Formats: sequence, C-alpha cells, structure tokens
Amino acid sequence: MSLFVDVEKKLGSFHLQVKFETGSQVLALLGASGCGKSMTLKCIAGIEKPDRGRIVLDGRVLFDSEKHIDVPPQKRRAGYLFQQCALFPNMTVEQNIACGIRGVREKSGRAAITAQIIERMHLRGTEKKKPDQLSGGQQQRAALARILVNEPEVLLLDEPFSALDSHLRFRLEQELRSIIHGFGKPVLFVSHDRDEVFRLSSQIAIMKDGSLETIGTRHEVFGAPRTVSGAALTGCKNISPVRQRDSSHVYAESWGLTLKINGTSGGVSHIGIRMHDVKPCENADAENSAVCQVMEEIENPFSITVMLRPVHEKGGEMIGMELPKQDWAQIRKSRLRIALPADGILLLRE
Amino acid sequence: MDWFPLINSLRIAGISTLIIFFAGIFAAYYIAKAPKFIKGILDVILTMPLVLPPTVVGYLLLRLLGPRRPVGKWFLAVFDTKLTMVWWSAIFATSVVIFPLMYRTARGAFETFDETLAYSGQTLGLSNTYIFWRIRMPACRQGIMAGTVLAFARALGEYGATSMIAGYTPGRTATISTTVYQLWRTNDDALAFRWVLVNMAISAVVLLALNMLEKGKK
Repeated sequence: MSLFVDVEKKLGSFHLQVKFETGSQVLALLGASGCGKSMTLKCIAGIEKPDRGRIVLDGRVLFDSEKHIDVPPQKRRAGYLFQQCALFPNMTVEQNIACGIRGVREKSGRAAITAQIIERMHLRGTEKKKPDQLSGGQQQRAALARILVNEPEVLLLDEPFSALDSHLRFRLEQELRSIIHGFGKPVLFVSHDRDEVFRLSSQIAIMKDGSLETIGTRHEVFGAPRTVSGAALTGCKNISPVRQRDSSHVYAESWGLTLKINGTSGGVSHIGIRMHDVKPCENADAENSAVCQVMEEIENPFSITVMLRPVHEKGGEMIGMELPKQDWAQIRKSRLRIALPADGILLLRE
Repeated sequence: MDWFPLINSLRIAGISTLIIFFAGIFAAYYIAKAPKFIKGILDVILTMPLVLPPTVVGYLLLRLLGPRRPVGKWFLAVFDTKLTMVWWSAIFATSVVIFPLMYRTARGAFETFDETLAYSGQTLGLSNTYIFWRIRMPACRQGIMAGTVLAFARALGEYGATSMIAGYTPGRTATISTTVYQLWRTNDDALAFRWVLVNMAISAVVLLALNMLEKGKK
C-alpha cells in the first residue's frame, strides 16, 4: 500500500507545491494555518483540482494532468474526516452511517454492518438521534464510523480534534490511534498541534507557505529540526538569527551572546533552544552561560516559565526557561546565571 | 356566485409555481457556480421581471407570443392554436413575474449551505444527484419553501401582464384579480367586494403559512 503525491496549484498569490510518497503508516502534515495542509488533502480526495501533477494510490492513478486523468471523488475511495465532522443534519446517526456502506444492497446486511460499527465506535443509544443532538466527541466518532464502513483505501484526517474540548480530545485521540494503527493503509493526518502530531504519527512533514520543508520520522523532525519553521512548529520558543564567529562558535543576535555549538556553523542562519533545555547555572566560567535579569514569571499548571534578558544587552529579546515549580522555588531570585548547553542548541536554516 | 375565477386563479398559480419551482432551483444552483462575469449578467436578466412594471412584461410577452409574432406565429402554424387569450396564456405571465422570487430565495438558501457536506458525500461515493436531492435540498428546505409560498402568492395576485396576454373572458380566462377590476368597472360593487374578501382570505392563509415556516426555522 502506498500513496504518491506530486501536485501544484496556484490560488491568487498562494502557491501549493508538494511532493511526497508514503506507505501504510501515519504521515502527519504539520504547519501553520493557511500553509496548504488541508488543500493537499482536498487535492488527494478530488475536492480540489491541482493545476499540475500526479496522484497515485496503490498503483491506481487518481490524477495525472499530462494524461488528463481526474478520477471523480466518488471513485477515489479516500476517507475524508472533516474538522466539522460533516454529518448530514437531516439524517439520524444510523442513516448517516448507512449512507457510507459500500457494496452491500440488501437491508439485513446493511443493518448488520451499521449495528456492528455502532458497537465498535461506542455509539450505542445514539442510533436514532440527529447529529445536533450528539456531543462533539460522538459526532466525530459517528463521522469516523461512516468513513470506515465506506472501506477507504486512504484515510485523510483534517484536524479532527480541533473543535473538541481538551478532555474529549484526548479520549478521541486514543480511540483514533487504535483504529488507524489497525488500518493497514496510508493515513494522512493534518494538524497544527505538535503534541497530537507526535503521539499519533510515525512520519512528519513540515509545511510552510505551500511547500514541504522537511519530511522524516517523528524523532528526526522533533529531535533535530533543521529549519526555523520546523523548530517553531515543534514547539521551540527561543530562536535567534546568528552570525558566524568561527567553525564552532556563533553570535546570537537577539540575545547578544556568543555561543559554542556542536557541529559546524557553515550554512547555519538561526539557532534555537527549547525552553526546557535552558538551565540555571552556578559556575561563572561555565560554557555558554550568561547573567540574566528575570523579567517575568509565567505559571503553567505544572511548571514555571521564566522570561530572562541578558544583563549586558539592553534592547535584546528575552530567553524563556521552563523548569519544575519546586526547582524554581529553591533558586528563585531576580537575577541569575543561565546556561544554553551546546547539546540543546538546534542548528537551523531559513 | 360563479366560482370559476377562483378555480382559474388557483390552477394558473399552481401550475406556474410548479414550473418555476424547478426552473428557479436549477437556475439558482447552476448560476451560483458560474464564473463571476456570467453570474453578474444572468443575475440582472433573471431578476429584471421583479422590478419591471407588469405591463412591460405583458408587452414583451405579447411581442413574442402574439399570433403575428415569431413564436406565436410558428405555434399557430404547427399546432393550430393561439398562445394568447386562452386560460393558460396567463401561465406565461405569472411564470415570468414569479421566477425572480423563486430564483433569488433559492439562491440565498443555497449560499448558506455548508459545502463540506457535499464534499463529504462525494468522498463517500454518493452521486451528485443524491447529494442534491437528499442532502442539499433538505438542508435548504425552509428557504426554498418560503420562496415557493411567496411565488404562489404573487402568482395569485398577478394582474397586469395576465390581463394583457389572457384578457378577461367570463368563464374562460377570468381570474380573481381581473374579475374584481371588471366588476368594479361595471358598478357591481357588492360582488366585487365579495371577491375582494375571497382574495384577502387566501392571502391571509398564505402569509400565515409563511410565518409558520419562519418559526420552524428557529
């Protein structure tokens, strides 16, 4: 099972240009809103028509601009889960699901399939209800049930959790994980929530302004993002443009600090360091350390984010440091030395 | 009291509403998808009868359908029937006049439809016909029904274009509105007043139905 996508589409000043191939696994498209994630899914489903390109699903050509092939969405067999669930409002849950059943004509067979999926998706008791009488989680489960009975060859999940409350989100995510891992066919998952993406997918592609920037396993993409937007999308808050000092040192312009880096500085335009990699430090001679003024303390549910500004730098930007509440309670002061360990520094390109 | 004008009015309004129901919906559906330029032009042409005086509509229809005019002449030659001055001539007049009402309300209803529903239907393999009749139409039901009621009410009250193209022949082409005018003109005030009451009763029922539809919307 494989999905090959190579599409290009112009919409005003926006230019979508993506090319990737994926197998029977979960590939996440991670990007800011408006970067073309949903547009990519819509091109695959046949809802949007690319200007140029080719889409092949498991040997079946769905779209080929050169050969003038454009299979209608009805025949592509792409299960598309929309953010707003898109259940038909005039039909009950049962009728909605029955709409998706493929191939089975006789009534008893259809009823059996419906009953089975209702059981599996924990929708018992909602059969006769209309979509607007369901909770957000039930709506999304019913929409997923309708897609599963449709026997799709590829699953396209377009921000399926974004309309839900956080506690419902986590439960639905767990249910979704067990379903997509047993699916055995390509799954594309679009989201701007990095935690969701990390938990659900095996491969991650970072998208920016209509283009695919990086693609790799989730550990590669989160562990060593190579681009500025990749670092930002995977949650790195401290990012600064740099100038090269020598092969192993760079000058971070936002903070006015010269820092030692692991690896070579060639081609590096920015560096980033995650807030939990910034550490308080006692030793005045420590590498990559600087005395900072505490500008603000932000309390999170289970940690503290301390915003710091290097004392020698008047107008510079702040560095965020995140640490457990009790650790901060012990060392809390208005001015302290911090270290940006070379191990934690991400070397980035524009 | 001869009830012919009532029956004639109802059948003319009924038939023209039925025709315009489908014509208006399909025009609304396809024009909503047309390129902007074509949409703008068609919109002006199709909405025109709403703002034109009915006599102008009647004049234009007579120029087209009159026995010595292109379409009317051809029809007379082929079918040996005149298109004007028979009871169903009025259907041309009412249809043209009520078309914009149906077209505009249907388009308004379609514009509020969430296209995601159509997309999800397509990806599930449902045919476009199924999606139109079973998903789009039910979702836009209230707006379309309101448009239909309005169109029917307007067709019942049509006077200007109808009197020009179908005339007033008692027992053959007379409608409620042409009868009221005729009775008033011939000083039969009592009977004219009775028809006025009948007309007002029908209008009240129609408006009541419209209100109930609006309530159902909430």
